[in-house]
Amino acid sequence: MAKGAKLRKEKQSVAVSGESLAQQSSSQNRRWTRGFIIAVVLIYVINKFYIPVAPMQVKVAFNTWLSLTSMGEIMVFILMALGLNIVVGYAGLLDLGYVAFWALGGYVAGWLMSGFFDQVTFKFGGNPAKGLPHGIHLNVFLVLIAGGIFTAIWGVIIGAPTLRLKSDYLALVTLGFGEIIPQFMVNGENIGGFNMTNGSKGINPVDNIKIFGFEFGPFALADKFLLYAALAGMMIFLSLRLRDGRLGRAWLAIREDELAASMMGVPLMRTKLASYAVGATAGGVGGVAFATLIGGVYAERFNFQISIIILSMVVLGGMGNVWGVMLGATLLAWINNTGLVQIGKIFNAATGMNVDFPSFNFLIFGVLLVLMMLFRREGFIPEARVRLIMHEDEFADVSNVTDQIKLEGHHHHESH
Amino acid sequence: MSTERKNSPVMLDVKDITVAYGAITAVKGLTLSVREGEIVTLIGSNGAGKSTTLRTISGLLHPKNGSIEFKGEVISGKPGHEIVKLGICQSPEGRRIFPRMTVDENLDLGAFLRKDTAGIKESREQVLDLFPRLRERITQRAGTMSGGEQQMLAVARAMMGQPKLLILDEPSMGLAPVLVDLIFETIQKIREQGTTILLVEQNALAALRIADYAYVLESGHLKLEGNAKQLSTDPAIAKAYLGG
Repeated sequence: MAKGAKLRKEKQSVAVSGESLAQQSSSQNRRWTRGFIIAVVLIYVINKFYIPVAPMQVKVAFNTWLSLTSMGEIMVFILMALGLNIVVGYAGLLDLGYVAFWALGGYVAGWLMSGFFDQVTFKFGGNPAKGLPHGIHLNVFLVLIAGGIFTAIWGVIIGAPTLRLKSDYLALVTLGFGEIIPQFMVNGENIGGFNMTNGSKGINPVDNIKIFGFEFGPFALADKFLLYAALAGMMIFLSLRLRDGRLGRAWLAIREDELAASMMGVPLMRTKLASYAVGATAGGVGGVAFATLIGGVYAERFNFQISIIILSMVVLGGMGNVWGVMLGATLLAWINNTGLVQIGKIFNAATGMNVDFPSFNFLIFGVLLVLMMLFRREGFIPEARVRLIMHEDEFADVSNVTDQIKLEGHHHHESH
Repeated sequence: MSTERKNSPVMLDVKDITVAYGAITAVKGLTLSVREGEIVTLIGSNGAGKSTTLRTISGLLHPKNGSIEFKGEVISGKPGHEIVKLGICQSPEGRRIFPRMTVDENLDLGAFLRKDTAGIKESREQVLDLFPRLRERITQRAGTMSGGEQQMLAVARAMMGQPKLLILDEPSMGLAPVLVDLIFETIQKIREQGTTILLVEQNALAALRIADYAYVLESGHLKLEGNAKQLSTDPAIAKAYLGG
């Protein structure tokens, strides 16, 4: 008796949470958007106006734990993780080679805003470094757009033949693609006599960003950070909008049940390709942004681990949930570029040992993921639907009870 | 065998199709038709080729030989979403509702190809009138509903596409007898409202009771066809399929 009552209550609460789901998510979006903007403005203002005049200790603490380079990198990773989230979280396609798009975007920046192709001299709104007048120098916005379009095209080229595959095979093919592109870049020094990628030496320097005649020098990190934050913000906006639109519904339907989705008239190939293209675009824009952040493109940085880190950001944060993925990206990017090094220094200083913490990053990510899978499979901020399926067993009883009640012909259980 | 049949135009014309999965032929030279306003049922035991036939009609499989016409237009070879657009909607075997979406979101996806907002709203009211229970569950996650409710949702979702031909694949599967009756009553109601129905069933007795015309499949071949009422009294059929 008591059990029945409890189940009934549980069922009611399920219905209630369904009712307010839309409102819940829109107020959640408002809260998080506000939080994101406040955080970005705070970081900018503190670094731009306070840090230059701050006491030495504060300056050092900031540079050690919350350096602007790491903050900029976090923004770039948020952008890319949200891009992968479209593919993995929204459309439910496992992509293990996302780094390929990042690399392609990076090389677009290398080609279009540096002195690398010194056979030609072409400048359009660009900002060639002093003493390097040759090469192609386009405005950074044009390069961002070009990087996005270039990788979108590659997304479609790779996607068209592979997206017909079932998920496990798709994962394998993308894994291969993620290996091939960086390998090509490493070996692209001499393609029939043409130096396309400068091999493992990479392309550097990539031009400083110049916007409306205002140059972001190598030390204008706060301004650069603002640019990357704006890109991340645009991706957040795009992710939220896409999700609620027609395309977003089609992606979710495919993720839930491909066959049923096609029976509803969802064109499978086109819809999957769209997710791939949008994800690839974000990867490409991220690649351009990252190249301008570190001022160069280096083939060896585009390794398989990056694909896994970005995927971990998506899984850890909560597949499909924009804010969860943002949080996952922030945390993992920070651990990777700052946390491990600094914690390692403290640990080594305290114990007198000499442990290389950054070299254990995959052990730590692995442990994190295992712990998450054990205790919070749905991620930091789960998407409501995912939470439901992860705890399916808890709901199974409820539907049995309903059946039971119906078979007995009693319909008054709703009145409770 | 009697061929007395409704005298309306042919809506779906399946002509001599053969469908194979690799080397295994699942349907061999099947010919069948559905006329406007009819309930046609396709019965047969497990593995007779019923689901293969349906998948071929809805464009998920393509016939090796033969053709399928819908209202005079050849549809075999077209992709699934174009066939849905022409007005063939399906409630698949095993329901296949979207479990993590609400009832409302499921219905919404049923109308995926439609753009007439007002019309979609109207269809929504219509299907909720057909299945009042779904109205009570409108904000509930579909996966948390009972099997019967999920089946209602699968039919309702297919109806949201405003089908000219509604295909129902095993709508009685796994349901308690009370619910089977309810579903079959509703199927009749849907036909009365002007939708033609192709019903695939293992529960041959229930299907023959509401159908006008029936096809009996056996290991990929057409075994028999005829007026449903007559077939249901045919002793041979009774013995083979009706457990009589």
